[in-house]
Amino acid sequence: MGRIKLLVFVGIINSMYLKEFDILEVNPERSSQQMRTITCECGILSRCDGSCCLCQGDTTIMASVNGPVEVKSSKECIDQAYIEVTYKPKVGLPGCPEKSLENFISSTCKSVISVNLHPRASFSIVLQEVENDGSLMSCCVNAACMALLNAAVPLNYMMAAVTIIVSEDGELVLDPTEKQQAAAVAYMMFVYSSKDFSLIASSSSGQYSDEQFQRCLLIGAESSKQVFKFYRDTMEKQLISKV
Amino acid sequence: MPEVGSVVLPGDVITDLKGSESSGKTVLGPGLRIDSQNVQDERNEIVVCKPGILRHRDPNVYWVDSHQKRYIPTKGDSIIGIVTIKSGDNFRVDIGSNELASLSYLAFEGATKRNRPDVKIGDLVYARIVVANKDMEPEIVCIDSMGRSSGLGVIREGGFLLHCSLNLVRKILSKECPLLKLLGSTLPYETAIGMNGRIWIKGRSTVETITIINAIEKSEFSSNEQIKAMVRQTMDHLSGF
Repeated sequence: MGRIKLLVFVGIINSMYLKEFDILEVNPERSSQQMRTITCECGILSRCDGSCCLCQGDTTIMASVNGPVEVKSSKECIDQAYIEVTYKPKVGLPGCPEKSLENFISSTCKSVISVNLHPRASFSIVLQEVENDGSLMSCCVNAACMALLNAAVPLNYMMAAVTIIVSEDGELVLDPTEKQQAAAVAYMMFVYSSKDFSLIASSSSGQYSDEQFQRCLLIGAESSKQVFKFYRDTMEKQLISKV
Repeated sequence: MPEVGSVVLPGDVITDLKGSESSGKTVLGPGLRIDSQNVQDERNEIVVCKPGILRHRDPNVYWVDSHQKRYIPTKGDSIIGIVTIKSGDNFRVDIGSNELASLSYLAFEGATKRNRPDVKIGDLVYARIVVANKDMEPEIVCIDSMGRSSGLGVIREGGFLLHCSLNLVRKILSKECPLLKLLGSTLPYETAIGMNGRIWIKGRSTVETITIINAIEKSEFSSNEQIKAMVRQTMDHLSGF
C-alpha cells in the first residue's frame, strides 16, 4: 500500500522520474521484533545539494539538505557550522512537538556532521512529512542521514534511529505503526552511530522498567545494523551506477 | 579494510595505506581525515568523511571520489563567479560557496589605481582562487603571477551560463573525456569551465549554444562510447536529418 502511495506522490513531482526503489526486505507478516520495509530514493529534488524520500513501512519523509551555505549573522558561530532543521507537517503549522523534533535532530546532527570543517557556515535540513504511520521521529532521523550522504556533507559517522514501544501486555514492539504506538505504555527512540554502534541520542516517554530499557537498547543496536546495511547498499547502487 | 575502487561511507576506518618508499608518508586527499579523537594515542586512524569511491594513485596518494553539488573553495582552482557587490577597492563575487569571494580591482591585467577595470554588477568573471581557507573569505584574481590575464577576466558578449554538479566539470575536463573535442570538430564554440560547477558556453548562434548545453548535460552519466554516439546523433539532428 505504502509503495503505491509513494509512486503516485513521486509521479506528481516529476512524472518522468519514476524508477526502481531500493528495498531492504519485504515482510508482509512481520513479527514484533522485525523492522518494516525501508525504501529510499535519493536525489529526487534538483535544486538542493542533497535530497531523498525515505519510507519505513507507510511512514514517508522527504528530506533535503543544503550546505555549507551562508549563515544569518545572529546564528553565526566562530568555530563551527550552524545546523538548521526545519520540519514541515503534512497539514497545518508546526507547533511545539514539531519544534522539539527539530531541536532533537539538529543537536544529533551536530555530533554527526564535521561542524569544525566549516566555521561560519550553516547546513540547512528540511524534512517534509508525506505520510505518518508511526515511528515518525526515527524515520525523520534516517531520512536526514540519507540526505546528508546524498549531499556528500563531511560526516564523522552515520546515524540510524530505531523506535521501540512497550505495549499494554508488556511486549516490546520494534518500529511500531501509528495504531500500535497510540496504544503503547512506553515509547523509546534511540539513535546509534555507525562507528561502534554506540548510542548518540535517545528520546523516551511513558512508564518502563530498567530491565525493559536495557533490552530495548540491545534490540535497537541490533536493528540499527540493518539500517546501516541499507544505507550502504543504497549508496553502493547509486555511486556505482554513476561511474 | 575497504579495497581501492570500492564504495566507502563516513565512519569507515582505513588501514594498511601504502607509504612512499623514501619517507613512508601517505598523502590523504579529499574525503579522508585523521581521526582527531585518537590523535593522542599514537596509532592514528584514517577515517572516511564523505561517501564515495576510494581511489589510489601510485605511489602514496589516496582520496575519495564523491558526487557533490556544493562547491568548497580550493587554492588554484579556476572558477566562474558573478559580481554581486562593488565595495571600495574590492568586488564581492558569488562563487557558489558559503561566502562571497573578494576580488581586488587591481587584480586585472593592465589595471592601475587610475585605470580601473570596467566591471559592473552582474558581470561574469573567470578567475583563479589564491586564498582558500576555512577561516578566511576566499580571494580570487584575474591575473597570473606575471601580471598577464592568461585567459582570465570578465566574460562579455553573451553566451549562456550552465550550472551543473562538480563531478560533471571534473569529468569533461579529464583527459579521457572526448566530449568537448567532438563537439568542437563540427560546432565552433567558446567556453569557460569553472571548477565550481559553472560552465559558460557561446556558440555561433543561440540554437548551436543550446545544442552544446544539452550535449554537456546529457553526458553526466554516460560512458565515452555513449558520448560519441550521442554527439553524432545531436549533430545529425542539428543538420536536419
